[in-house]
Amino acid sequence: MSSRRTTKLHLDGATVRHARSLARKAGRPIVKLATSHTTVSVERAVLRLGGITGADPDGEPWVNHLVDEVRDQVGLEHGVALPVWHALRSGEHADLTSLAQKAAAGSVTFRHPEGRAAAAATTAARKQVGRGMARIDRNRRERERLVGKYGDPPKPWVYLIVATGDIYEDIPQAQAAAREGADVVAVIRSTGQSLIDFVPEGATREGYAGTYATQENFRLMRAALDEVSHELGRYVRLTNYASGLCMPEIATLAGLERLDMMLNDSMYGILFRDINPIRTFVDQRFSRQIHARAGIIINTGEDNYLTTADAIEAAHTVTVSQLLNEFFGREAGLEDWQLGLGHAFEINPDVPDSFRMELAHALLARELFPNAPLKWMPPTKHMTGDVFRGFLLDGFFNLIGALTQQGILLVGMMTEAVHTPWLSDRDLALQNVRYVFNAVGDLHEDFVPARDGFIVQRAHRVLAEAVELLDDIVDDGLLNAIGDGTFGLMKRPADAGRGLDGVVRRARDYYNPASELLDAGFDARSAR
Amino acid sequence: MNSEYASAMHPAHHTDLEPDPKRIIRPYGDTTGDGAVQLSFTLPIGHDKRAEGAALQLAAKMGLEPAMVVHAKPMGPHFTFFVVYGRVNHLVDVGKVHVVEREFALLSPKECNARIKAVLRRSLVVVGACIGTDAHTVGIDAILNIKGWAGEKGLEAYGGFDVANLGAQMAIPDLVAAAIEHHADAVLVSQVVTQKDAHIHNVTQMSAAFREAYPKGQKPLLIVGGPRMDESLTTKLGVDRIFGKGTTPGEVASYLVHELCPTPGEAPS
Repeated sequence: MSSRRTTKLHLDGATVRHARSLARKAGRPIVKLATSHTTVSVERAVLRLGGITGADPDGEPWVNHLVDEVRDQVGLEHGVALPVWHALRSGEHADLTSLAQKAAAGSVTFRHPEGRAAAAATTAARKQVGRGMARIDRNRRERERLVGKYGDPPKPWVYLIVATGDIYEDIPQAQAAAREGADVVAVIRSTGQSLIDFVPEGATREGYAGTYATQENFRLMRAALDEVSHELGRYVRLTNYASGLCMPEIATLAGLERLDMMLNDSMYGILFRDINPIRTFVDQRFSRQIHARAGIIINTGEDNYLTTADAIEAAHTVTVSQLLNEFFGREAGLEDWQLGLGHAFEINPDVPDSFRMELAHALLARELFPNAPLKWMPPTKHMTGDVFRGFLLDGFFNLIGALTQQGILLVGMMTEAVHTPWLSDRDLALQNVRYVFNAVGDLHEDFVPARDGFIVQRAHRVLAEAVELLDDIVDDGLLNAIGDGTFGLMKRPADAGRGLDGVVRRARDYYNPASELLDAGFDARSAR
Repeated sequence: MNSEYASAMHPAHHTDLEPDPKRIIRPYGDTTGDGAVQLSFTLPIGHDKRAEGAALQLAAKMGLEPAMVVHAKPMGPHFTFFVVYGRVNHLVDVGKVHVVEREFALLSPKECNARIKAVLRRSLVVVGACIGTDAHTVGIDAILNIKGWAGEKGLEAYGGFDVANLGAQMAIPDLVAAAIEHHADAVLVSQVVTQKDAHIHNVTQMSAAFREAYPKGQKPLLIVGGPRMDESLTTKLGVDRIFGKGTTPGEVASYLVHELCPTPGEAPS
């Protein structure tokens, strides 16, 4: 993707810089909050990097047992690493998993080591967590090798969804989707997974409206897509969801199993799942650092604002969220090519000039973030079940995708709002995409909106409203703005929401070997 | 075929179809009684002449005679997609169609508020939520939020309703507790996700929980809505009313007033 684009909207450079500096101002206190707290899921992610696996016969992962036990005995404010590796060094336990099993049975006493014992535990923790990080690094290099070998598909990458609930049904569907032309396959998660405070284990065959995200499911699907990538001579990317209560762990598992893209939004969990804001921001930062390290492209969830609020009135909230996601992403070490900032085609089609406004909004995102592979999401709210009308809307959606050079195109289904896509729905939807992109070609080169015309004015207005809202957020504080219902009309106070009991303020001597490695990685990159 | 369809759209050719409950009807393409239907489907078979024959055989078994495969497209080596047009030989007896008719009069927001004030002499308390794992609040929001939809304001905008919208993914026990805490007159539940009949399971559990938590005859009015909800399942699901696709806030408000605020003459003083 070229970053040398001629401007079509004539955005004022000073206004754009001002918007970014406001996003930075709004975000900084949140970063401070994130670096002064930890969560149960961050601590579990550390142990997963250390190699812990498996679950008890009831399906509760051993890592949950271990973190809960450490928390009960010595608290989490110092981090789980030192008490755990100190206990491990006592020599009676073969590995983390067997330590967790014994801890679950109540036969391990944890204590926070000091002096030489602390130094020894630190060294051991760093070494073992470092092995997990090295595996993430190897996976990144392996992806780069495969992409180099097969070549990258042209943008936009065609993004298709698989959602059967059964990983062994998902696999042939995902392979079929890849053969039909998908560059990216997303396995939708079972509805409700975001609210369970553990990551299920093993291959799963039962899910509602999607398939559970598990390490084994990740491994199986990546292997299946590697097979089909080899067959097609095209690297097919795999996407899942790092969101909800276990986002740090799921991000970690994604890095360990070479997933390529993850849905990962700074505020989605707060607004749409009622997860505690502090829990979300702490988990977010860790998961984004992992994604940065793993070379994973994140997809942010701005489409959701438009499905709950009016897509015209709320257009600027998308811009604000994109700017915040960009700030939080870069702060965590993500590079611009990893920022799949989201936006969507959700204006009521009965509104006059709806297409012109969609075009203005999409172009605004394109010009504000010239180096980000924007993720363009199809109509859902105004898909009525009239599949013929829906097919036409998807065509217009694709047209904007072509005119504004979107990076990732989530393929719209005419049967949206009816059922999870059938084989024929996908085939028809891909015909729609191919027709539009083939017919339109490089029309974006010819398409220049009138200098002071409707599209340019609309884009300027949305940006101005975004700046105004960012100003208010900076004055009010982002946490208060979220509490007041600024985004998606939902009010989420900082002292409420799910997962709050899993948030712990870090003590002065908090130690996290994964964060140590991630921070170092980030520093090394930014020093270049 | 196109010009025929086009001429059928022209008012001069338009037959005036007055609803007649005793009427026997057939699908309409461009001539009364032609029985014309279109359908599309996929067969798990590679595309060849035999596949098209298989599609016609299916169409004949569905009552399409004659039928015509107007489009057949291979989708990979093992599947073919068909578009078929044909004349259906079935008749529909409109007199034997059973639907849930609206059993209440549509009232304006003003009329609703006035009735509530006159009969209850307090606000009518409505608690709403999406239950279980369902995170799609679009339905409950359309009915409850001030913004409303379809040009009608939501119940929050009515002076007569006191609305608590609890949002997405409410656990059933929490919903029951909230209903008790708010002294809810009515509980509105929205269900969008229908995979593996999640909506049926969720609603059945919800109504059972309310029956258990409230003394007999005192539980709030239980109302369920959702685009794929079957309005005739009230007894099976244990709820008082089900609203399907396209329901507006005004309809829900009118229903609540109809059920909970009987006309002043009949009301207990």
